[in-house]
Amino acid sequence: MKKSVILGAMTFAGLAAGAASAGTLDDVKARGKLNCGVTTGLVGFAAPNANGEWEGFDVAVCRAVAAAVLGDSNAVEFVPTTGKTRFTALASGEIDMLARNTTWTFSRDVDLKFEFVGVNYYDGQGFMVPKELGVSSAKELDGATVCIQTGTTTELNLADFFRSNNISYEPVPIETNAEAQQQYLAGACDVYTTDASGLAATRATFDDPAGHVILPEIISKEPLGPLVRHGDHEWGDVVRWSLMALIAAEELGITSANLGEMAAGTENPEINRLLGSEGTLGEMLGLSADWAKNAIASQGNYGEIFAKNIGEDTPVGLARGLNAQWTEGGLLYAPPFR
Amino acid sequence: MSTLTDPPNEGFRLSMLINDTRYRSLTFQVIAAIVLALCIWYLGNNLIQNLRAAGLNISYTFLGDPSGYDINQRLVEYDSQSSHAKAALVGLLNTLLVAFLACITATVFGVIAGVLRLSNNWLVSKLMAVYVEIFRNIPVLIWIIIIFTIMTAVLPGPREFRGDNATASMVFDSFAFTNRGIYIPMPWFENGIFASTAMNWLLVLAGFAGSWIAAHQINVWANTKQESTGVRPKTTALILAAWLVPFLALMLIMGLTWEYPELKGFNFSGGIKVGGPLIALWFALSIYTGAFIAENVRAGIQAVSKGQTEAASALGLRPRRVMNLVVLPQALRVIIPPLISNFLNITKNSSLAIAVGYADITATLGGITLNQTGRAIECVLLLMLFYLTASLTISMVMNVYNASVKLKER
Repeated sequence: MKKSVILGAMTFAGLAAGAASAGTLDDVKARGKLNCGVTTGLVGFAAPNANGEWEGFDVAVCRAVAAAVLGDSNAVEFVPTTGKTRFTALASGEIDMLARNTTWTFSRDVDLKFEFVGVNYYDGQGFMVPKELGVSSAKELDGATVCIQTGTTTELNLADFFRSNNISYEPVPIETNAEAQQQYLAGACDVYTTDASGLAATRATFDDPAGHVILPEIISKEPLGPLVRHGDHEWGDVVRWSLMALIAAEELGITSANLGEMAAGTENPEINRLLGSEGTLGEMLGLSADWAKNAIASQGNYGEIFAKNIGEDTPVGLARGLNAQWTEGGLLYAPPFR
Repeated sequence: MSTLTDPPNEGFRLSMLINDTRYRSLTFQVIAAIVLALCIWYLGNNLIQNLRAAGLNISYTFLGDPSGYDINQRLVEYDSQSSHAKAALVGLLNTLLVAFLACITATVFGVIAGVLRLSNNWLVSKLMAVYVEIFRNIPVLIWIIIIFTIMTAVLPGPREFRGDNATASMVFDSFAFTNRGIYIPMPWFENGIFASTAMNWLLVLAGFAGSWIAAHQINVWANTKQESTGVRPKTTALILAAWLVPFLALMLIMGLTWEYPELKGFNFSGGIKVGGPLIALWFALSIYTGAFIAENVRAGIQAVSKGQTEAASALGLRPRRVMNLVVLPQALRVIIPPLISNFLNITKNSSLAIAVGYADITATLGGITLNQTGRAIECVLLLMLFYLTASLTISMVMNVYNASVKLKER
């Protein structure tokens, strides 16, 4: 018994230590494939389509990184993770990066030793209830049964919200979004709470989306973004700037339609530096000169990715809101490429 | 007369450790022990160094911090401001509760199915064979999920109890079967002798203990009487009185009343709620392990030689008494040891609780606490310690019982 404890613990520790020391960028290049952690299935963010190919808003980030590093947006191995398994998967080196609508918090960044490379969706926690309950505010939820994905920040926000409003509730802890959806629809809980974007995405898959309302209260700040292991800064830079390239591309007006034309050289030096026709940004990252071009070519710029996966014309139907470019009153602000 | 001389005293030489059969095995064992100790030391040292290098130092101080999350089934006072240690305690009690309930019902199911499988009635014995084969050959996790899914899908939600033309109604106006659990009336005392409810229930338990002693004394008295006079006095009424009178008196004095569940807001309130996850887990563990116990019981009964049954019948005992007085006492010797491991399996399998959102210790300490604090190694070590202690305790208790029923060799 005692021996197996130590052996097991040692394996764990050995993995953790081994993963932290090696250069992830070199590993990915040598492997020819990026291991990217995503959700187990949340339509619009990450879910396999009818052909079994992963697609969605978070998936696009994985594909962009793969395109930047390997030049091939399909060279990604998607690893579905639950709210509980995601951090272990990343810490142990099973995945190279995690793009799984994960909230950037102090303790995850500092205590769990991860590096959030940026924010790809500014979100907040909301509540969804069936319309027939006639509830119009979260403060009317006294005594309700609430379905919640366990191991998430929403679990803690929920406890804080109900405690500070002095109302009671009964939590039903659930592992995945699919299970939560099933429980909610079966009426085993009155309310489903998660990030508002997740609620919209979940509602989009219902038979009767109009029969459910998302309550106006947004009870928390949930900046969602991709993250990597702490300590491997070269790799962190690659993931960070791949994301920033997508955001900057929208700001600079680079779309998948005019990408080829722009890459040939323009009068705007920043576009030229970004797409590699001027300067050595790619080299500094340890990538080829056309890394950003490849990243943008994979799914288009940030705005295109948003519109295609979760925008107002999709079943998920999210407005840009906080996620508009800073020039349009949003929070998206990519640092300069120079 | 020959003289015996002692063999020359050669003293101890180092080569004897290998060449002398008296020492050789000892030598090898010592070497093996040293190598093993070195391996363990190396691995342990490696673990500590790697943990330090990764910036993870083992510390249990997080147990005192506020947990920040709520738990739906609490046997002790707990809220989101309580510590992680308290959350672990809530989970621990939930684990013990479901394990205790499941051990009892699994034994009942197992004994019934095991005895019936040996029935002479073809239909009954085949039905039991089907039960055993189906339930023990499908993983228990699947049973837990099936039962839970059926419960949530089939039973009505609390909403359907509302309004004038409700589609669901309470049974006898006191039991509500909903897809969130079963609500049953809760007994409580209007003018309890003690202020705290727990003390009042302890008093009731003490009353039962007294009744048990009294009933035992009545039996002893009847036995003595039977041995001296040959006639056994009628004891049924007396024993019944010994059980009922103190109980009823206590209930009357303390003013037993029932609190009925009623629909209030989103949910039923009042009464006792037996949550859906608890029911699903309890029932699944019971029928699954019950199938294994049924086989143990059957094996135990068949291990008693047929001659015993025939001899007992020849003495004029009725079939029921043959079973109770002759077969079962002997069968228990074969049944108990594997029964212990079945009880241990129930306790360990209860860690599948998270599949249906039951807040056992694996879900609280090994799930949410581990996740929110990131203290994986500490939490897992604590979990191992808990399951080990629980299993060894169950083993110990059952071994004591086994010792009391096993063949006494004189």
